[in-house]
Formats: sequence, C-alpha cells, structure tokens
Amino acid sequence: MSACCTPPPFTPPTAPPPAGALKTVVLIGPPNSGKSTLFNRLTGLRQKVANYPGVTVEQRMGLMAGVGREDLTLIDLPGIYSLSPYSEDARVSIDVLRGAMPGTPKPDAVLLVMDSLHLKRQLMLAAPVLALGLPTLVLLNMSDLMESRGGHIDPLKLARELGAPVALISAVRGTGLDAVPLFLHQQTNREAAKPLALPVVGNAASAHSWAAQVSKNTGYRAPLSVEGTRKIDNILLHRIWGPLLFLVVVVGVFEVVFSIGQPLSDGFGDVLARIGGLARPLLPAGWIQSLILDGAWKGVSSVLVFLPQILLLFLFIGILEDSGYLSRAALIADRVMRTIGLNGKAFIPLLSAYACAIPAIMATRTIENKRDRFATILVTPFMTCSARLPVYMLLIAAFIPNIVYLHGFLGLRTIVMLSLYLAGFVGAMTTAWLLKSSILKSSETPFILELPQYRMPTVRSLALRLMDRARVFLRQAGTVILCVTLALWVLAHVPVVHTPGGTISAPELADSAIGRLGHFIEPAIAPLGFNWKIGIGLISSVLAREVMVSTMGTLYGADPETQSMHLQTALHHDMTLGGALALMIFFAFAMQCTSTMAVVRRETNSWKWPAVQFLYMLALAWGAALVVNHVVMAIFG
Amino acid sequence: MSVLSELKIGESGVLMALDLPESVQNHLMHMGFVPDALVTAVRRAPAGDPTVYLIDGMEIALRHETAEAIRVRAPEVESAHIVPQDEEAQELTEAVR
Repeated sequence: MSACCTPPPFTPPTAPPPAGALKTVVLIGPPNSGKSTLFNRLTGLRQKVANYPGVTVEQRMGLMAGVGREDLTLIDLPGIYSLSPYSEDARVSIDVLRGAMPGTPKPDAVLLVMDSLHLKRQLMLAAPVLALGLPTLVLLNMSDLMESRGGHIDPLKLARELGAPVALISAVRGTGLDAVPLFLHQQTNREAAKPLALPVVGNAASAHSWAAQVSKNTGYRAPLSVEGTRKIDNILLHRIWGPLLFLVVVVGVFEVVFSIGQPLSDGFGDVLARIGGLARPLLPAGWIQSLILDGAWKGVSSVLVFLPQILLLFLFIGILEDSGYLSRAALIADRVMRTIGLNGKAFIPLLSAYACAIPAIMATRTIENKRDRFATILVTPFMTCSARLPVYMLLIAAFIPNIVYLHGFLGLRTIVMLSLYLAGFVGAMTTAWLLKSSILKSSETPFILELPQYRMPTVRSLALRLMDRARVFLRQAGTVILCVTLALWVLAHVPVVHTPGGTISAPELADSAIGRLGHFIEPAIAPLGFNWKIGIGLISSVLAREVMVSTMGTLYGADPETQSMHLQTALHHDMTLGGALALMIFFAFAMQCTSTMAVVRRETNSWKWPAVQFLYMLALAWGAALVVNHVVMAIFG
Repeated sequence: MSVLSELKIGESGVLMALDLPESVQNHLMHMGFVPDALVTAVRRAPAGDPTVYLIDGMEIALRHETAEAIRVRAPEVESAHIVPQDEEAQELTEAVR
C-alpha cells in the first residue's frame, strides 16, 4: 500500500479462511478515533451488547463478518486515552487485554486504531498497548482526511518505530481494510515479536515524549486545523447566537418527538391493535385467547407503541452527536447544569427524558464521572415522559373546566398541563441538587470536554445506532414487560369461580386477587382521595404509566378510546377535584415504569439504585398528593 | 508566571505544572496537558465559562476552577499567538533560546 494515495475500497476475499489458533481479536483506541465506525465495518450487523460482570462498562462483541472472517470474534474495548487504571473503562480494558476478565476469552491479536488527524497525542496509547506483547496491527484512521488537509505520515517508518505493522484506513469510507484479514492471516503462523524500548505504563510524561519522538521520526505532519470548524463555532458558540440556536435545537427535539413522533406512534398502535384483532379468530375462545390477547399482547403493545418516538429521538440525537454539535451543546449547558451540581454532559439525557426515560438513561453513558452519571440516572424519571400524557389528558379533560384567559391565548387546561411539566422538572432539579450535596457528592473528576471537528453524519452509522437501540428496547419488551403483564392478567383472573353449570370462570374484579390487593392498599391511599379502583390502577400502572388509562377503562366497563366520555363521567362519580389533582401530581413524581427500573438496574449493575429510586419517588408522590388533596379540598370544599 | 485561566482569548502559554489531584493530572496529561506543551485560549462558552483551549491540535474545554490550577509561563516568541501547529512553534521557541 502506498502512502501517497487513498487505498481502493475493500472487497472480501473469496477463498475460505485458513484454520488457525486465532480466535479472539480486540479493537482498542482512544475516544473519537472512529473506533465504533470501524467496529461496525468489521462485524457488519452481527453484534452482541452486554455489560461486563460487576461494572457498568458496555461490552460489544461481534463476528468479523465484514472482512470475511466469521470464525473470529472481535471485542470492542471502551475508548480510552491510556492504560493507567484511573477509570473503570481503562481497568476493564487492562483486564480484557490480560485475559483476566471473567467470561471474556484472552485476546490472540489486537487492532489498535488511531485518528491520524491527531496522531501525536493518540500515539500515547500505543506504547502501553504494544508493551503487552500481543500481535498488534496499527490502523491509522481518517487517513483520507489527513491527506486531503495537507497532513503526512510515513507508515513504513512508523511500523519500524513501533515494531508493528501499520495500515492507513478510512473506516467511514471502508478503504484500506484489506490490511485486517491480511494481518489476521499472517498471525496463523507468526513469530514472537521482538522486544522494544517502550515507556513505562501509566507514566504520562514519558509516554508523551516517546509519542512526540516517534511522530517526529516518522515524518508526521499534522493537518492544518480546519478553518471550517472554527468558522462554524464562531456562530454556534457565539455569545448571542449560540444560546439562541441551542434553544432552537432543544425546541426542535420536542417538536419532532411530539408533532411527527406522536402520529407515528398512534399509527403503530393501531397496527398492533389490528394484529391482535386478526389473531383473535385464530385462537380458541376462552382463557387462552384472553391470556394471549388481553394479557400479553395488550401489555406488550402498550409499550411497543413508543418505539417510533424513541427511534426518532435517537435519530435526532445521533445526528447531533455524529456531527459534533452535542459537545457544543454540553459546553453551552454547563453553566446552568453546574448550579445543581451536575455538568453540561448531563443535559442531553435530561432533554431526551421528555420523550422516554429509557433511551435517556442509556444516553447517560457519555458522562464519565460515575457519581454524576448515577445522579443523572436517578433524576431522569422525574422528567415528564410521553407515557404520562395519556393519564394527564384523561384527568384534565374529566376535571378541569375549559376556561380560557387572555382572549383565548391561554387555557386553564394548558396551565394545568404546563404546571405538571414544571413539577417534574423542579422534582428532577431538586433531587439532583440533594443527591449531589449528599450521597453522590464528588469533586474529584473535573469537567474536561473534547470538542471534535464537525463532520457529516453517515447514514450507515445512524442506521446501526437505531438498530442497536431498537434491539435493546425490543428485548426489554419481550422479557420484563411480558412477564409483568402476564402476572397482572393472572392476578385479575384468580381465584376462579365455579358456576352452577360446572364450568369455571374469572371472578368479579373486586373479588380477584388484584381487586383484593386494591382493597388492601385502600387505607394507604384514601387520604389522597383515591378509592380501591384507583388503587388497582396504581398497582397495574407500576408496569407502565399509560396502563392506568386502559385499566380504568376496563374497571368502568368502557373503552378508553371510543367511550372516553363515559370514563370521564364515571371518574367524576368516584373522585373529587382534589383527588383528581392529587392523582396527577402522584403520576408526576411516582416511578411507575418497570422498564425504566430494569434499565436503571442494567446501567448501575445493582438492584439497590432502582429500589432506592422507587421508594424515594413513591414517598415524594404520596406526600405531594396528600398535600394537594387537602389543600384543594380546603379551598373548594 | 501565571495560571491558564488568566490567558486572554488568542493568548498562548507554555504549560509548567498541574496543581491537581494525581488522577486528574494523569487524565489531563493524556489529553496533551504535559509540561512544555503550548496552550492557546481559543474561545469562552457563551456564558463566559468554561473556556476552550487548543492543545496538540485538539480543542478541549475546561472550567475556570480547573484552568486555575494549571500553571503556565509566557511563550518567548510573539508568533505563538495563533498557532495551528504547536510543534513548529515549540521548535521555534527552542531555536530562539
């Protein structure tokens, strides 16, 4: 391969791969080196995402189908700057490289990817990685950009300096990747690598001077810093235009999720309901049909309807992140976020939480400081997610008169809705401040934010990102939610009643297990203005908030969609204005979402955090509802 | 001798020492904040803080409280003001010395 021009696009070899001792390959590189894009290139779509045992670091694995080596497993290590064990990511990387990570095989070869635009600094990771003595291929990514911007590197000289083969690639364009199968093929009968004088692992100063020496010896010339990025930042980080455009982006995310996402979700919900309707005649009437359709399918689809909105949100955030704007947003938001003890990187998750807490919690992975990250995860469910909307809409329509002020510009219903949004926001901010000034206090890790150059996001990486998130979401719906739904259905159908005709049937709701549970908790919720039926609704909505509406519908014998008038009237007979407002504030604060709890458990790797979160939010919701009920009763009598 | 946070926008300084806890020091050093590196203040965030610094060809934002703990000295050459390639500037600095 010549150093002067960009290599041709990669075509997978047609010959069968040779059998060898090679099994596991790891991919390692600093953050922003294009590692994820390369991983996607090398593995295609067959990836597995899990957490390493005992830590919150994500483990990505895949078969190297992208270069015709389905027999090899590629492990993607987290993006790190050094192998000094200052962070959890680095500790995990060291363990994997040494074969000391339980459940992960010891790697046989290493692919070290570095951004050739910033090679001098990125080389600092090369020394400790090469010092491990594993066969290593060094991949200089974004070589096309480096060359087109006037940069230069001699890969042969670099290979001699490092004692490892070096290839120029472009992961985005997929060029130069034939070096990977070639390298892997050679490793089948390799010789022991000769030892090199490399700086001591963890010594930043010596690693830096070594990296500077190597880049000098190899004739590395960094490309000129791109004027384009500087010019874009002159506008996007402008004292006045910057924050204004930032607001436009924030409002834009809202607009997209609500105005485009809502109809999509509604349409998807109709499709799911129609599938249930089509399946009904195919199943034998009776309890099997009821269990599958009214239990499992209804419950799972009540959560699946949010998929379009979630994917849309991730597309939006993906574009912002891949283009490089997200770092600028974090920079702008930092000043506000620090007043509550968090930093700018927590802003994006909190924004996404207005759609759904699940992707928002997954988006907290960009926050390096573990305590900041946990604090963000714990306050995220306070933000008013889209699942609260059906409940708010039902109760507002039933209890709040349609009075307008300011010549029709502001309605009382809108004021109540906005107050509920505000309540959630204030709940999140106060809780964050409480957490950061008590159990999650930290001052160790400062805010260090790298501002990458702007680039055009590729369709391919956006598509892969969406598929990844859809997969996580669907797995959640297929396991946790399915189980809870089935449990709820069973509780509503036992104990069975023996009719005089000798057949058995489901009990009256009040006599069913869940009905008795409703009666059992009634004393605890009566002070809030709720009766046992609302109690059943609260219990079943622990699955997901919007389940409240369908449960109420079933309880009052009315379909929530077609006969909402009936449901509204029925609610009026059972509840006072105080109880209704108390119920709304209860929903604003309570953690009624098993999927969120499951994600929190996954991300924090412990049941402790979701348990603390659930109890704290429940106590807050109960207290706030009690106050609201009594205040409203005192005023309106 | 001064600290990084005192640099005005467009001004450069040569890094001398990091008065920070060791873990933070290590993290910053791996991002290029090593002794003798040339740092340029590029711009401030719209709210006035954090500030974006150019080091090793990368733009990195630091809060005032962090930049305050990083000691710098004035570079000896005037040309170090707008420096796309700090390596050249460093060589030039050494040559003048």
